[in-house]
Amino acid sequence: MSTPVAYFLLLSSILFAIGTIGVLVRKNALIIFMSVELQLNAVNLSLVAFSRMHNSLDGQVLAFFSMVVAAAEVVVGLAIIVSVYRRIRSVNVDDAEALRG
Amino acid sequence: MSVLALAPIGAPTSALSVLWLIPALPLAGAAINLLAGKRLGRLAGSLATALVASAFILSIVVVRDLVAVDAGSRLYVRHLFEWIHVGAFSVGADLRLDTLSAVMILVVTGIGSLIHLYAIGYMHGDPRYGRFFAYLNLFVFFMLLLVLGQNLLLLYVGWEGVGLCSYLLIGFWFDKTENANAAKKAFVTTRIGDTAMLIGLALLVVRFGTLDFTAIFGSAGGTLTKGAATTIALLLFAGAVGKSAQVPLHVWLPDAMAGPTPVSALIHAATMVTAGVYLVLRMHVIFESSGVALTVVAITGLVTMLFAGTCAFGQDDIKRVLAYSTVSQLGYMFMAAGMRAYSIALFMLVAHAFYKALMFLGAGSVMHGMHEETDMKRMGGLIRRMPVSGITFIIGALALSGIFPLSGFFAKDQILEVANSTGRPWMYVLGTAGALLSALYMGRLVFLTFFGRPRSEQAERARESSPVMTVPLVVLAIGAAVAGLLDTSTNGLISRLVEPVLGAVPEGAAGIAKPVLVAISLTAAVVGLFVTWVVYASGTIDWLALRVRMQPAQRVLEHGWYVDNYYSALLVTPGKAVAAWSAYVFDTRVLDGVVDGIGAAIRALARSGRRVQTGLVRTYALAFLAGAICLLVYAGFRL
Repeated sequence: MSTPVAYFLLLSSILFAIGTIGVLVRKNALIIFMSVELQLNAVNLSLVAFSRMHNSLDGQVLAFFSMVVAAAEVVVGLAIIVSVYRRIRSVNVDDAEALRG
Repeated sequence: MSVLALAPIGAPTSALSVLWLIPALPLAGAAINLLAGKRLGRLAGSLATALVASAFILSIVVVRDLVAVDAGSRLYVRHLFEWIHVGAFSVGADLRLDTLSAVMILVVTGIGSLIHLYAIGYMHGDPRYGRFFAYLNLFVFFMLLLVLGQNLLLLYVGWEGVGLCSYLLIGFWFDKTENANAAKKAFVTTRIGDTAMLIGLALLVVRFGTLDFTAIFGSAGGTLTKGAATTIALLLFAGAVGKSAQVPLHVWLPDAMAGPTPVSALIHAATMVTAGVYLVLRMHVIFESSGVALTVVAITGLVTMLFAGTCAFGQDDIKRVLAYSTVSQLGYMFMAAGMRAYSIALFMLVAHAFYKALMFLGAGSVMHGMHEETDMKRMGGLIRRMPVSGITFIIGALALSGIFPLSGFFAKDQILEVANSTGRPWMYVLGTAGALLSALYMGRLVFLTFFGRPRSEQAERARESSPVMTVPLVVLAIGAAVAGLLDTSTNGLISRLVEPVLGAVPEGAAGIAKPVLVAISLTAAVVGLFVTWVVYASGTIDWLALRVRMQPAQRVLEHGWYVDNYYSALLVTPGKAVAAWSAYVFDTRVLDGVVDGIGAAIRALARSGRRVQTGLVRTYALAFLAGAICLLVYAGFRL
């Protein structure tokens, strides 16, 4: 008998929580970015786990889909970070505050 | 109601079908002179005159065709195009020619072309010569539209159009502030009446669903209650009171003399101010359904006639005498209309158009010879210096005073005759008093201006005007002298002509016998003229000393019983105070306060709202998370 789904979901939750905390507490844009990736992959893990549980490929397809989107998002996100760095000479998100009301 | 019997003439005969050209010609003249008046130079006046004169000739041809058929079918309606169409309500641009409008177009174009001709000489050398004739032509167009309109809305367009032209022409020399003010006063005062009239039109639309004359006359007797008829008639009459300068809206006409004299003759004597009389005549069916309204018309006319007659006696400015005299004569016309003697009112209108236009033009000629002097105290003896102007003027004055056999005699005498038979003797007595008054002020005007010694250097050196000005005077003088033949009795030419439209003059109770009436009114006229001759021209009385002794009375009359002062104290000053209060207090504090307050509140809200935008990405991310959690919790509860 294989590993119960609950374990995967537990791991997924832990990874997602770590990612969330990372996004919220870190100041370095690159680290925040990595944390976002962690969240995405935590969700991918849960998708694949559910896919196995239901014996259907839908979850896996969706996981692939989200990977592709994540790859595209990385491209755009990194480009933004680079151009923000060129402008304010910092990757600290607290320094990018031009939109403060 | 004889109006019902009128059916439109079937086959449009050749001349009638060009009816639309009559108003179109002056309109074309106005357009040309407005666009190219400067380039035309001296031609502008000739062009304008030629167009109005051709309209006059065309009118004669058209009217001849109209009266060629038998009396019962003298009505021609021409549908030009559909103008307004809203639901069941529609207004067409339709022209109506019946015997009433026939008389009116002949007067407007006939007197109009003579005055145009005169204006060529009078306005010679004016820097805005072309513009003047453009306005004058435009006026003739609107006046023709007013009298030819087949529905009240078209009439109203003409009504407001002539008001506009009156405004433009009174203020023609607008570089002088008092002229501009006079124009404004005329416009605003007549607007009061016009607004009431517009409400009357709206009520007519509510009652009849149409403004078409034929439709209204056809059903007026049946569908109108007495109260509704009275309301509508009085509202329409308010418009007439404003336009025809009747008490209490008469104040604009004496000031309107600020305009060039041909304008005073054409607009403020012969045509526009008679539009009110025309309106009452045209809508007499409504007035008759009311009954009360007719009494109001008659009494307004009577009061105006006496009031303005006294004012005319106190004026020193030659044009202001004529202005008050016009108001007084219009009062006579309304008095006649109020006594159901519609055809006599129309006859008086025609006769008055002749002699009053004549006298205004004569006064203009005198002013021309006197270098724009209008004060009669500085005139005197002018008959020797200006014989043509003088003699023609005297013919006009005698006609107005009611001397046999000039036109004014017949008109006034018939009105008094009808007044005598109304069973209201006081109306006859006051009417005769008015006749005496008119002889008095006319006598005073003539003797002060043309007789006695010249009282200034200009008067000694005055010169007769050029033929282009004196020829119209002579023609009008002939008209003023013989126009009486048009309607020598209540069964005269005009009365018979308009009887199908306006009905016959009612036979009243028998009063004093007719020869006695004639004798009384002639005596009144002669006594009036004789008294003024004794005072002002016989040399036996030092009228200047008399004037000083009578100064308080003279002052009151000169200022028109101070009506202007009452109006300014009761209406204008409080009105201005209210305007100032609303402009400088209400507007700045209350209205601006509300507007500024809304702005300030939004800014305060925005200032607190913008604190949310920290600019810190992590705050946003936290809000994001909080939102996501909220959604999750919500979704969890839903399950």
